[in-house]
Amino acid sequence: MAQLDLRKKLSVLADAAKYDASCSSSGTGKRNSIGGKGIGSTEGMGICHAYTPDGRCVSLLKILLTNFCIYDCAYCINRVSSNVQRARFSVQEVVDLTLNFYRRNYIEGLFLSSGIIQSGDYTMEQLVLVAKSLRLDHDFRGYIHLKLIPEADPRLVEEAGLYADRLSANIEVPREEALTRLAPQKDLAVIKKAMGQVRLKVEAAKPQKKDRIKPPKFAPGGQSTQLIVGADGAPDTEILDRSASLYGGYGLRRVYYSAFSPIPDSSAALPLSKPPLMREHRLYQADWLMRFYGFSAPEIGEATTGGMLDLAVDPKLAWALNRRELFPVNVNTADREALLRVPGLGVKSVDRMISVRRYRTLRLEDVARLCRGIDKVRPFITALDWTPGGLTDAVDLRARLTPTVEPVQMSLF
Amino acid sequence: MRVAVLASETDFDGWRLAARAFRLAGVAPGEARFVVGEDLQGGLFDAAAGEGESALPDKARPLRVPQAFVDMAHDVVLHRTPDRFDLLYRILWRLQAERDLMRVRSDRDVSDAMDRQRNVSRASHKMKAFVRFRQAFDEEGECWVAWFEPAHRVLARTAPFFANRFTTMRWSILTPDGSCFWDGKAMSFGPPAQASDAPQEDEIEEFWKTYYASTFNPARLKTKTMQGEMPKRYWKNLPEAALIPELVAASAVRTETMVGTPHSEPNARLAKAIFRHNRDGAFEEGFSPSNLDELRHGVQACRRCPLWRDATQGVCGEGPPRAKLMIVGEQPGDHEDLAGRPFVGPAGQLLNDAFREAGIDRDEAFVTNAVKHFKHEPRGKRRLHRTPTTSEVTACRWWLDHERALVRPKVVLTLGSTATLGVLGRKVTVTRERGMPIPLTDGSHALVTVHPAYLLRLPDEAARRREHAVFIQDLKRVRQLL
Ligand code: SF4
Repeated sequence: MAQLDLRKKLSVLADAAKYDASCSSSGTGKRNSIGGKGIGSTEGMGICHAYTPDGRCVSLLKILLTNFCIYDCAYCINRVSSNVQRARFSVQEVVDLTLNFYRRNYIEGLFLSSGIIQSGDYTMEQLVLVAKSLRLDHDFRGYIHLKLIPEADPRLVEEAGLYADRLSANIEVPREEALTRLAPQKDLAVIKKAMGQVRLKVEAAKPQKKDRIKPPKFAPGGQSTQLIVGADGAPDTEILDRSASLYGGYGLRRVYYSAFSPIPDSSAALPLSKPPLMREHRLYQADWLMRFYGFSAPEIGEATTGGMLDLAVDPKLAWALNRRELFPVNVNTADREALLRVPGLGVKSVDRMISVRRYRTLRLEDVARLCRGIDKVRPFITALDWTPGGLTDAVDLRARLTPTVEPVQMSLF
Repeated sequence: MRVAVLASETDFDGWRLAARAFRLAGVAPGEARFVVGEDLQGGLFDAAAGEGESALPDKARPLRVPQAFVDMAHDVVLHRTPDRFDLLYRILWRLQAERDLMRVRSDRDVSDAMDRQRNVSRASHKMKAFVRFRQAFDEEGECWVAWFEPAHRVLARTAPFFANRFTTMRWSILTPDGSCFWDGKAMSFGPPAQASDAPQEDEIEEFWKTYYASTFNPARLKTKTMQGEMPKRYWKNLPEAALIPELVAASAVRTETMVGTPHSEPNARLAKAIFRHNRDGAFEEGFSPSNLDELRHGVQACRRCPLWRDATQGVCGEGPPRAKLMIVGEQPGDHEDLAGRPFVGPAGQLLNDAFREAGIDRDEAFVTNAVKHFKHEPRGKRRLHRTPTTSEVTACRWWLDHERALVRPKVVLTLGSTATLGVLGRKVTVTRERGMPIPLTDGSHALVTVHPAYLLRLPDEAARRREHAVFIQDLKRVRQLL
């Protein structure tokens, strides 16, 4: 095969990586390049350097080392049976691209994944080599996210954690049965074991009081995973249960949901349709409720139909409409937990309200200034000059709070 | 009307001096005006604030304001609205009577100022994101230059970020408000610049555009989200933004093509590859393990009960394959589940110590659990242990029986009621049957005691000591039986 020029390779290997939803460069500690020989810094919160027309941010150079793969996962464009064009970067090429992009302030760092070539061990070794070269040869202090090849030797996973800020292994298909069908060579148990190993290592690297010497940092940005939505028939409740189990079991920082999107050269095992973007959005909202609002997966499940989240209203509103006996909540006296359950009130709004009400008794107008939109909130609260009366229990409340015109994708031009 | 002249658009110190003087002189908010340098027009001039200021020594009548106000004012001054100084003065004025004003975020003035503060910090964040350096060369060699137009006057506030990140590079950022230079050691500032002062191209930019175009998924067009995060005002200085119209226009066609193209014929390598990598055969009924290794593999594929689903892995027993003593616990816990080994958590630690105390070598025992997968319930970022049901224990008994048949211990020590159920196949009251050997059908004996986790949970010291002693007695009983 003729040697592909570097730009061509970049387009092939970035294209192949775009179905991975994780892009964030957050969660790691603070670093800078002062006193060093290289460049780079991290601030804890990642920076999105650009946004593509699909609304997603570009924070990292997200590419595959190669899209050759010996596996045949039906949902993956790189499966061995696909006829896509193949390419492979050398370790040096990835290192150079990363540094060149970073110096120009295009990116926060690198997110490197790969198709599996030769063996899991060999592939993982190549990924680790890139990270190692960036860190050791170039004193690079930016963000590095490496994809774990779950079946790789635990020693390689351990080495990866020394250089990377974040590690991730993708579950991809929420249903084990479907995974077996769609990804015959993948084994959920192996993926889970790898994640379990990362959690143990992360915990072991947390400095204890008794330690004289701090243990070396291990993946300070933690780990994440991705679930593809809409490829295997799993309903939302099942997906959320799986997430809850993953958050609890492996201390994941994030579970990403990726609406299954058609891929060129697709396999007969999968639906050919536009990706269910609204469903993906609702799942993120539900996930958010679990992580920051004290909702459990079964609670969110209460307001679903046939296991599916309501597409017309957000999951918190759906839940509240279902549990009207708990409302209205008095914004001047209710505790934080109760306020957090009011539709339309976010963590920030609630905390501000609690701080303001020490000095003022809140009127509806005050609440309006502290939250994003008062319409959704109004039926569920009482304030000094406001009570919703029968509104809370109105039969048509759901209709009133549902946008009458379906939001249409706005055109830019 | 009193007018104060400030040295520059971002002259916080000048504003502070003038505002303090005004406030002390009792100039009401409507009566005070702040203008920047040349903006000053003759007719409005009354008395420069400086004069009043010098007549009133600071320390004599200090103005007290909360730190939160000072912090906010620093940011708000960078906002481009002309009335920002007046707004700040109004809040300063009100703060003297309303001490808690800064905490009342719902107040009109405060929320207005905070909105502007948020705009400023967003502008600073966007500057970190959207500055694009181009490579250039001067007498000293390689250097990096960017032209940027910030939404608010955040150059000086944001520059340290670039110094921390690109410490070893020499760079400059040119903006219409001023310029910033970093020489590898120190930062300096210069006059406003023009777009033409910066290099017009950089060869790597083509790679960046290639990347930008490739990383976009045409099937997921969401232009509104994009524009919300990357407002159009920044586009003209972002090389990649030039591609947007084309990408958007082509996306519908690309998606249609993808959705419309029939599934492709798999390529020939497939069959071979699948064959090569189809590793783990599924567990099937009718299989019966002939050694511990087979048993271990079988458990990984077991689907006899639903517990495998949320657990990481099945955890089988560990120890000498011909041990005289087998210890059976309830089920793996959080750590055992991750590590894939039984009794590595706190209960295992307690067990080790107790064995030493009772004079038994723990290494000579085979340690296992009645249920091989961890039963739990997710609770936020943790997993809460849950007791397996009778049907789960019964399902998993199949494995425990095989384990016992393979190891053939003389004594089986069961820890707690679940373990006992797994071994005996019937429910027992542990307190009633503990400590006395129960003959098993294969000629060995079971001995029932409590689970070490029970000892760990006892709240008061006296009870714990008492229970511990009984536990040791049980273990000593085991030693006699061996
Ligand atoms: S707990 Fe036991 S019976 Fe249930 S799946 Fe696991 S090994 Fe099988």
